[in-house]
Amino acid sequence: MTIKNFYNEMTDEAGRVRPHYASYANWLSEMPEERLSQKRAEADALFHRYGITFAVYGENAGTERLIPFDIIPRIIPAEEWTVLAAGLRQRVKALNLFIGDIYHDQNILKAGHIPPEQVLNNAQYRKVMQGVDVARDIYAHIAGVDLVRAGAGEYYVLEDNLRVPSGVSYMLENRKMMMRLFPRLFSHNKVAPVDRYPDMLLNMLRSVAPTGVSDPMVVVMTPGAYNSAYFEHAFLAQQMGVELVEGQDMFVKDDHVFMRTTQGPQRVDVIYRRVDDDFIDPKAFRPDSVLGVPGLLGAYQAGGVTVTNAIGSGVADDKSIYPYVPEMIRFYLGEEPILHNVPTSMCRKKEDLAYVLDHLSELVVKEVHGSGGYGMLVGPAATKDEIEAFRKVLVAHPERYIAQPTLALSNCPTFVESGIAPRHIDLRPFVLSGEEIQLVPGGLTRVALREGSLVVNSSQGGGTKDTWVLEA
Amino acid sequence: MLSRTADHLYWMARYMERAENIARMLDVNHRMSMMPQSQVQEDQAWGATLRIMGLETAFHERYGEITPDNVLEFMIFEPTNHSSIRSCLLAARENAHAVRGTLTSELWETTNATWLKMRDFTREEFLDVGAGEFFEWVRYRSHLSRGVTIGTMLQDESLRFIRIGTFLERADNTARILDVKYQILLPAGETEGGSADYYQWSALLRSVSAFEVYRKVYRDLITPARVAELLLLRADMPRSMARCMKEVYANLQGVSNAQSAETERQAGELESQLRFGKIDDIVRGGLHSYTMRLLDRVQSLGNRIADDFLVPVS
Repeated sequence: MTIKNFYNEMTDEAGRVRPHYASYANWLSEMPEERLSQKRAEADALFHRYGITFAVYGENAGTERLIPFDIIPRIIPAEEWTVLAAGLRQRVKALNLFIGDIYHDQNILKAGHIPPEQVLNNAQYRKVMQGVDVARDIYAHIAGVDLVRAGAGEYYVLEDNLRVPSGVSYMLENRKMMMRLFPRLFSHNKVAPVDRYPDMLLNMLRSVAPTGVSDPMVVVMTPGAYNSAYFEHAFLAQQMGVELVEGQDMFVKDDHVFMRTTQGPQRVDVIYRRVDDDFIDPKAFRPDSVLGVPGLLGAYQAGGVTVTNAIGSGVADDKSIYPYVPEMIRFYLGEEPILHNVPTSMCRKKEDLAYVLDHLSELVVKEVHGSGGYGMLVGPAATKDEIEAFRKVLVAHPERYIAQPTLALSNCPTFVESGIAPRHIDLRPFVLSGEEIQLVPGGLTRVALREGSLVVNSSQGGGTKDTWVLEA
Repeated sequence: MLSRTADHLYWMARYMERAENIARMLDVNHRMSMMPQSQVQEDQAWGATLRIMGLETAFHERYGEITPDNVLEFMIFEPTNHSSIRSCLLAARENAHAVRGTLTSELWETTNATWLKMRDFTREEFLDVGAGEFFEWVRYRSHLSRGVTIGTMLQDESLRFIRIGTFLERADNTARILDVKYQILLPAGETEGGSADYYQWSALLRSVSAFEVYRKVYRDLITPARVAELLLLRADMPRSMARCMKEVYANLQGVSNAQSAETERQAGELESQLRFGKIDDIVRGGLHSYTMRLLDRVQSLGNRIADDFLVPVS
């Protein structure tokens, strides 16, 4: 299958510049390419100096790489954003209700909307959370929802990241970089600011402290300086003015968590953790973890501390649960979903499997517990041998896979080596749930820098762009 | 503040200061090698530098013969030598990286940029700019870090742990610089005042940025006892032991906690002994044994600070 018509963010089918890009396109057309090259080199040098880098595993300490930054912004008009924001709020609200339901009465399972084994046998379902009440009944406090545009430009949700979604620091730093490189652009375009995010995050975290705590102590918990997202952990802690802690800095006593300080132990009320469930408490989960805090789960279950996102949130963002999100929205909210899911075949179903096996060369097949773009088959890009090899795996373990049509991801003009050329993009806005559900106008736009590539992950050659939501 | 954070800040400062002092130590030898002196004397000087750092064995395992080039390579670039300038700048950067959220962005960027430059520094560039200029670069990067620290950091606990690290390291290094030169320049019983001696002592003074200070303070001939007095007892001399201990003591009082009383007392005791000490008594009792005792006490103070603040048992 070849995809001919990709939606282009800047121009329509006739090649005319879309109205919301008009002012920018005009500016871009007057910008000589050497000047763009110069600005890009400047951005690279600055990102290096700021240390906005990610550590590469397996190499020597001190070797770090930049995530390539593209200097052409992705622009979203106000009215489009209004719809997206409403859709994201609706979706995250339903997902939180779902997780709370699953760990309490399981009404959605009893009502027959989701086969119970899909949830209860899922590796991300944490039995230890059954019956545990959490502050404000919120589980996925920070959600990074991946959206793509396909076809004639309609948005689809590709993935709800509800565990430890990353990338928000790049949203903020990309904006700072753009304002530094091209200050005049911002006086000519009404770009909605995003810099309130750290404040919103801190307020949200304080609002979900355990009951009875009047001045909560919030910390950011990182696996450490060698984690690939360490920059972001340090950045968020600094922007919020809270401590950045590692597991070894904390201990549990009498159902409360304390950190070791130069003035003795100090109580911690809210932990914004960037450590996966599996590693967060060696007593409860993986015993070999050195990143966690022994006994944390117990303190959490007893209500002595809030952990964000909640332990066990991952059950709602697994690829095997994803197809049911529209159903959750109808079930919990009695509303029709504003944002679409990508049509998904569940290979565990006989009829779906038959369809998938017949159309392997057209589909994207994904592992249900996988993430990061590995362990998948991109049909149109695969060789015959690869497809046949994958067919065997799929027939042996159909329940481990889902399949989706290869989406014709939208294109955005991007400044690559050969000049300005279209490249595929996605969008990850960040949704915060506390007293209310909030998001800043924008998100992280990721771009597949290789020509024709649909994979935007930074681990596989993706870059990022500044995302402009224009004010009405 | 997190104990681990304090630990990283303290070591960040120590390693930056160590890089500077190693550059200073090597610079003395480098300056002296340009003066008329015998080969024996020169080799002795380079060997003494290794000895005072406790690096003789490690050096001989990797390089064998003591030559200026070998020692410079080992003390500047050698990654397996934890006290090479390269290793110190990397360690300063790694410690800063671990607490970059606690540092001002200017301080983090300064430390990071210093390391990035060192990392890319080739032997060819080194030969090209020359040892003297390289040592000056290290000194100025350290000056810059310190200036950025004082000029941008909030005056809270973070700054105090940084200052404690800086001055404890400097105290240690000043004592070592003085001791090693004293031993070489003044073998027992030899008289003072020869012209070769003059160059040697003035090179030592210059290496701790104290040549002009000496002139200003003493307005007289350079004598070993006065040099020792300047570097040990003069609290107005910023690199002296007395100054360093004064800063350590003051900053320790600012971070005082429930278990740190004895550590503070020991720091205060050392500070006042330096404040009230007399150089004649010290020289009479033997300068070498005096500085060795000082080094022991500085080290024990470092251990106590670690136990009380940086890596508490629980």
